[in-house]
Formats: sequence, structure tokens, C-alpha cells
Amino acid sequence: MTAPRTLYDKIWDDHVVHQSEDGTCLLYIDRHLVHEVTSPQAFEGLRMAGRKVRAPEKTIAVPDHNVPTTWDREKGIDNEESRIQVDALDKNARDFGINYYPVSDIRQGIVHIVGPEQGWTLPGMTVVCGDSHTATHGAFGSLAHGIGTSEVEHVLATQTLIQKKSKNMKVEITGKLRPGVTAKDITLSVIGKTGTAGGTGYVIEYCGEAIRDLSMEGRMTVCNMAIEGGARAGLIAPDEKTFEYVKGRPHAPKGAAWEAALAYWKTLFTDEGAHFDKVVTIRGEDIAPVVTWGTSPEDVLPITDVVPAPESFAGGKVEAARRSIDYMGLTPGMKLTDIKVDAVFIGSCTNGRIEDLRAAAEVLKGKKLAPGVRGMVVPGSGLVRLQAEEEGLADIFKEAGFEWRLAGCSMCLGMNPDQLAPGERCAATSNRNFEGRMGRGGRTHLMSPVMAAAAAITGHLTDVREVLAETV
Amino acid sequence: MDKFTTITGVAAPMPLVNVDTDMIIPKQFLKTIKRTGLGVNLFDEMRYDQQGNEIPDFVLNQPAYREAQILVAGDNFGCGSSREHAPWALLDFGIRCVIAPSFADIFFNNCFKNGILPIVLPQDQVDVLMADAKKGANARMTVDLEAQTVTTSDGQSFGFEVDPFKKHCLLNGLDDIGLTLEQVSAIDAFEAKASAQRPWV
Repeated sequence: MTAPRTLYDKIWDDHVVHQSEDGTCLLYIDRHLVHEVTSPQAFEGLRMAGRKVRAPEKTIAVPDHNVPTTWDREKGIDNEESRIQVDALDKNARDFGINYYPVSDIRQGIVHIVGPEQGWTLPGMTVVCGDSHTATHGAFGSLAHGIGTSEVEHVLATQTLIQKKSKNMKVEITGKLRPGVTAKDITLSVIGKTGTAGGTGYVIEYCGEAIRDLSMEGRMTVCNMAIEGGARAGLIAPDEKTFEYVKGRPHAPKGAAWEAALAYWKTLFTDEGAHFDKVVTIRGEDIAPVVTWGTSPEDVLPITDVVPAPESFAGGKVEAARRSIDYMGLTPGMKLTDIKVDAVFIGSCTNGRIEDLRAAAEVLKGKKLAPGVRGMVVPGSGLVRLQAEEEGLADIFKEAGFEWRLAGCSMCLGMNPDQLAPGERCAATSNRNFEGRMGRGGRTHLMSPVMAAAAAITGHLTDVREVLAETV
Repeated sequence: MDKFTTITGVAAPMPLVNVDTDMIIPKQFLKTIKRTGLGVNLFDEMRYDQQGNEIPDFVLNQPAYREAQILVAGDNFGCGSSREHAPWALLDFGIRCVIAPSFADIFFNNCFKNGILPIVLPQDQVDVLMADAKKGANARMTVDLEAQTVTTSDGQSFGFEVDPFKKHCLLNGLDDIGLTLEQVSAIDAFEAKASAQRPWV
């Protein structure tokens, strides 16, 4: 009898090409997603060595980081360097014969939204991309993680990665979430509890009733930020919701292949008694709507709390907290709900899916942006945008005073013109609140789409439960 | 990739936790299609003011540390994005070794692909090295990869762990892709077996 295995163990075992005596493995990669920022040097490396892409049919490219999200973008990209990068991806996709969704394609969008949407991401796969938020795809019960450009080149050339196995960590969210609490609050609360290095060396499996209750969109939000907790990957065992989401997508298996796939996918769960090296359990009922106050995703507090005093931390975090609070222009002890915002950003690979837009629109319906606050909604893909327009969500955002944009990474990392000005403060549904992330000197507070919508209405960080209570 | 055997050089102290890749190389410099030339923008927003003038207090702007080859830092160095531009910028500046109590996973791997040695040591030993680094340009540390030791300017020595395969590649400046392609028949065999078992992939 074989020893009980975790979901991660099973996917790992099914992808080992070769294992050396010291435990170093050559791991087979089923899907390689590519974008314009971390790939040019990799393709250049292939050219210089006279190498081909080993499995172009398993390689999918889409420009997302640099692309303008304004409605006039068909006229081209003004910034020369950005244009060169996107042009390079066009050329590389053509020259090497890989699957490609150019800016002009309605299916274009953020790579981590396009992959699942088109059915490229399937349970039990290994998925990599030169982007840390590749963890998103773990929501399907696939082993998905970010890699650097040298590894992008390695995967292009060999369809494998040299890896050592990580340890297993279980994060269980028990029970039910309270009203106003979302997948984003789960994932931020986990990071708040474990810290940004708490997952280093681990692959996390998220489980428990509150995780099972999430939609696929919500599960993607949770896994997306596994990297912010330091983990190599985050994953969730596939279930009927997963299969339902995948079924019928353009690149999902059909007919007999579907049945065979389904039979395999149903074996993808952690066996009873399998060993986890670390276990974290949080009661769903204990999770509140949260926001970040500092410049690390671990700087998480319930919205009802106050800006902490740096002295309340230990070790190197004291100085880091002091620096964060200074950068963020806050005062220890002030109520989080007293923090005024200048901008609201709804979008990103964390929260740019249709369910996110529905949730934010529900809060914003019939409401207006607070005076002086600018708002921007950037759908995660062209297809998300179309669906939101058909459902009338775009009209709600526009009537509230938001700009309604085309798909891309946008302000989440500010590589295109969508940026904060120095000192500007933003309620954002994205994933990183690092110094300068959304623009030099810009200040980012991370939160869920409904919390961002609530802040948009009041002009300050707000407990969405109060806005919801008023609406009833 | 340049080999890494032994270096003796100035170590710059950066006693900050969670130094993220956006700090190491801000996004506006990710638009390059080359691997080189990023050193001038290493730690750009900490190193220069908005007019592009050097901020004198920043460690790498201080005369003692302008030629630093080693960086001593706090926990979780290199967290955030997968951008290999971070180690490219460090390397282009001249940093060949970063010492910290812990590193973010992707950054840690990216270093080895570029001839940079990231060394993990316990906090109390990093504290000793940090104090040594603060002595300035006369305090030169030695990092010996073969022996797996870091030695301070006054001769105090600490051993460190390194993955044997990664050590072998660094010592010899080996290209991973070339090594993997030696196993191409194993990859072929895996693909044949996997396409029979999981044809939908």
C-alpha cells in the first residue's frame, strides 16, 4: 500500500521526469504562459543558442503588463519602450509558433485571467509563467507558480524545470464567512496571520468549508496571493464547481477525452492521513473585512481597527513599520476608517474577474463617487469586459463616475500610464502595497472589491457592512 | 554565467526587512529587452530623489559602499514579483552575494541563474555581519563558496548551507539548459508516457 499523499504530492509525482540522488528533480511543465515583460530576454537566449520552443502548443502568450487600457489604444502605444516590448512579443509568438492573443483580440487580458477563461488551465497540471501571480491557477488544483526569465527560457527550450520539492502546508478556513467578507479578506487575513515569509519553502493547500463555498473566481483570488504569503504555490482540490467552470471552455477536453480527464481529476485530493509539515486554521466566522495600512501585504487589519504603533512589533519589523507609516502618511492610533482616499482602483489578476465586478457594482448601484475621488475599473480580460457590459455593470460604474477601461494589468503595477501621483492614496483591489508600486510616492491600501466600492462612495476607508446596512 | 568561487569585497549594510523587488528595481525599468545596464537604476527610488539627484544617506551612495560586492540585509529579501531584473540590476551594479536571514523563493532561485550567491544565515550571525559591514570600506568580507564560509574583516567565520547542485553550477558557471538537454531522451520518454495517460493535456 502506498503512503497517503497530499494533492501537491500527487501532482508532483505525476510530473517528475528525472530525480537525482540529492532530490533535485526535472519536472515536466504542462502549460507555459508568457507575457511581454519577462520573456524578451528568454526568446533572445533561444535565438542566440539556435534553440526552438520545445512544445509551442503548450505555450500561450498574451501582452498585459504594458498595454494601455484607454479606448484609443488601437492607435498604438505612445511609450517607445513599452511598444518595443509588445512588438517583441508579437514577433516572438509568430517566429516560434506559440498560441497568441494580441492586443487587438477580444480575448486579450491579464494572462492569469485569460488562461482559465480559455480552458488552458486544467486540474492536475503544472503551470508556470514569468510572473509571481501564476499561483492563481492553483484554484483548479493545478501546481502553478512564478518563475524568472532564465527559467522561462529553460521551459521554452526543454518544457521542464529543475526543482526541489517544497514542503506541504495546509491552510484550513472552517465554517462560514460573515456578510461583507470575501475571498480577498480570507487571503489577506491568512497573510496577516502567517506573515509575508510564513509560506516560504511551502506549497499551500487551502481547504475547509469556507474555501469549498467559494466560487472559482473567489478561489482564484485566494490562490493568487499565496505568493504574497511567501509560498511557492497555493492550490485547492478540484470539485464539481471546478469541473463545471472548465466544461465547454475552448481548450478544455471534449467527449471521450472529457470523461477520461474527469476520472483522473476526481483522484486529485489529499488522502486521509497525509502529512502536512505546517497547519494553519482560521475560523471563517472570525474573518472581518480587512484593509492594509502599510507597505507590505502582511500589514493587514480589520477595518474597525486603528493604525498600529511601530513599537507594538518586534525585531526588524519595528523599523519597517515606522518606515511604512511614514511613507503612507499616517499616524499611529488613527482609525482606519478616517483614512481619506484620492483614488479607487478595481481590477488586476487578483480581483478583475466578472464576480468581482458584480460585487463592486452591487455596492455602487445608484451611488456616486465621493467628490474629488477618481475611480477606475479595469476588467481582467476583453471577455470579462463584454460580459460586464452585457450585464449592465459597466453602466453602474460609469453612472457612479468611474472610468470604464479596456483589459490589462494597469494601475496594479503602473507600467502603463495608469499610475498614482506622488502622495496620492488609493483603495485598490490589487495585490501589492509596496512603496511606489502604483506610481512613485503613491500609497496603496489593499482590500476587496466591495470594500473598494464602499471607499469610493464615502471618500475614506469604510466598513462595507455599514454601507450595506444603509442600503437595506 | 560568470563563475562564483571566492570574493573578497566591501559589504553594504541594509538593515531592512521585506526588501521587495519593486524597491530593488522599480517597474519603469522593466521595459528593457536586455539583461544588462540596470545597475544605475538599482534601488532607484531609494537612491535618487524625484529630480534624479543622489540621496546622500542611501547606503550605496555613501563613498564607502559605492563599490560594494556584498549586501547584508534583513528577513525576506527579494519578496514580491518574479522579475529577474532584480538580480540583473544587482549584478550590473557589482553585487555578487546577498546575505540575509531569509529570502523570497523566486528571487533566491533567480540569483543562482545569474552568478549571484544568496546566503541564508541565522539572525544573530547576520547581526554580526551587519555590524561588520557598518564599519565601512576598510572592512572587507570574504565569501568562499567552495568552503561554504563567510569571514568578517576581523577573522570571524560562519559556515553556510547551499544546495549541492546549485553550488556545482555556480562554481563552474554552468548553463542549466545545456545540462537539462543532456536528458532529452528522458523528457521524450516522459512525454510519450504522459500523452498516453493524460491525452487531454
